[in-house]
Amino acid sequence: MTGDRYFGAAVLAITGFYLYGASTIPTGFLPDPVGSRTFPYILGGLGFLCGFLILLRPDDPPVWPSSSIVLKLALAAAIMYGFAETLQPLGFILPSAVTTALLSYLIAPNILHSLIAGGGLSVGLYVILKHGLGLGLSAFWF
Amino acid sequence: MELLANLSQGFAVALTWSTLILAISGCFAGTIIGSLPGLGPSNGVAILIPLAFSLSLDATEALVLMTSVYYGAMYGGRISSILLNIPGDEPALMTTLDGYPMARQGRAGDALVLSGVASFVGALLATIGLMILAPILARIAYLFGPAEYFALYMLAFCTLGGLSSRNQIKAGLAAIIGLAIAMIGLDNTTGLPRLTFGSLHLMDGVDFLVAIVGLFAVAEIFIYMESHGRESAIGVKLERITIPFREIGNSAVTMLRSTLIGFIAGVLPGAGASLGSFLAYMAEKSLSRDKETFGTGNPRGVAAPEAGNNAAAGGALVPMLTLGVPGSGTTAVLLALLVTLNITPGPLLFEERPEVVWGLVASLLIANFVLLIMNVPLVKLFVRILSVPPWILLPGITMVAFGGIYSLSGSSYDLVLMLLFGLFGYLCRKLDVPTVPIILGILLGNHMEDSLRRAMVISDGDWTYLFTSPISIVLWLAAIGGFVAPMFLRNLLRTPPRVED
Repeated sequence: MTGDRYFGAAVLAITGFYLYGASTIPTGFLPDPVGSRTFPYILGGLGFLCGFLILLRPDDPPVWPSSSIVLKLALAAAIMYGFAETLQPLGFILPSAVTTALLSYLIAPNILHSLIAGGGLSVGLYVILKHGLGLGLSAFWF
Repeated sequence: MELLANLSQGFAVALTWSTLILAISGCFAGTIIGSLPGLGPSNGVAILIPLAFSLSLDATEALVLMTSVYYGAMYGGRISSILLNIPGDEPALMTTLDGYPMARQGRAGDALVLSGVASFVGALLATIGLMILAPILARIAYLFGPAEYFALYMLAFCTLGGLSSRNQIKAGLAAIIGLAIAMIGLDNTTGLPRLTFGSLHLMDGVDFLVAIVGLFAVAEIFIYMESHGRESAIGVKLERITIPFREIGNSAVTMLRSTLIGFIAGVLPGAGASLGSFLAYMAEKSLSRDKETFGTGNPRGVAAPEAGNNAAAGGALVPMLTLGVPGSGTTAVLLALLVTLNITPGPLLFEERPEVVWGLVASLLIANFVLLIMNVPLVKLFVRILSVPPWILLPGITMVAFGGIYSLSGSSYDLVLMLLFGLFGYLCRKLDVPTVPIILGILLGNHMEDSLRRAMVISDGDWTYLFTSPISIVLWLAAIGGFVAPMFLRNLLRTPPRVED
């Protein structure tokens, strides 16, 4: 129940914001019986209704992971965010070596394994993606 | 006769070296993807799409590669179901019911060969079915105007979430979320920005590839990280592999029946392979004289779901190619590929680009034979892949997903957006909100709105125009029925419990 109470409330808030956003859509110049706002209004309205119904009749709460696993998932997301932000300035190899090593350590805490994963995956995947498949990646920042 | 002419044209395309190599490597990659737990057809195809672009393949080649991966993943999904009691992908869930008990009785090899043959029968006959049914449906699709298309999109959204969620409201909400995201960006008709809140990044809209890889692949990584360690199974050793001729013979009728059921389930919008394998298994169980042996290692309980899900995979291609409305998660991803390649599926595809359609059909026929070889004599090779440890697999998948999307857009903005979609997809999975309708909504949202607007221009704003033609009335009724029916059927369609260790 806890899960769906928050979820329903979030849906109501977001669809409310969405409806506000839809109301600010400028009108086009061409004659059009439907216009730019109608469809977003319908979607926002239906979404609002769904949020309301979810609040009224929440499902059984999902099995949330333990706090240590939540922490692990949050760390994984943070590591991926770091990768997303550093890939462009630093090139593929260095950020991916760090990212894969950290993710690997997060999954199985073994320093040797994580070093193998970091070194092997970063160089190996760079060669495969860049030279095997021709992806537009640069190796380093220079 | 027309069929033979078309087919020979198709084989002319499929039998070139480049296409053959693509089909074979697609089958190989697909079987690996299918057999790895946590990577199914939809997310496997999703992370490979950026790679298909970087190879700068033309439309036929890209489609051949991706559908071979799709078929391969449907074959490969059974391997970990049978050996580890972990379904390699969602449709392979039913295969665990009898496959794993068979493996524990020391008949793992038999189960793998039997299910491989069943997959072959299902997929091959479904490809032939696709060949016959698709041109007929394409001819009917000529009668579709904007009002009919709008009704068809309604049908797809009403049925797609149906059986994948236990809560119909959430299934509906998922479609609305997808459609609402599709509205972001420049309005197709007026060219003015909508719902961008002044952000330049949002002017282009949300790239559906970013959403797909995020919702499918990245979310799957989080799910896997969470469940890893909790879901542990005792692996079964695979000894020598022999061909169990007697059991294959005994289940021949089962395979044919399951193929028919699976194919129909695949063609219906919104049902897809999971339903195909489920219905095939349940039908076989209820028809059988020895019902109680199902779930304890009955070979027919292995053959039925595998023939069913592979047939459904072929069937799901029919509405995707002829109407541009995918019937399952993976075909939605394939549609995304086609749209990005600037190909509009639909009746015109059969007229204007016959080489794409028939080249694809011919390649799928070839791919089936390749897959039979890979999945029966060479199955040991893929069994070994199951032992790739997660500490190397998951970081690897992450890198391929990020690297692929980065190579398409070159911006870290899209990577962050993909990560957000991944976290959102994780939450959706937890809250029982199906993600396939979200993808489909993002993909079809603008088409759906355009057909509504066009219909209204034709009728000069008269909303009853949407319900005037017989085709649209049938589609609307099917949509309403498809949305309401699962609420009552849900208790009937419950998956039998998996075997515990």
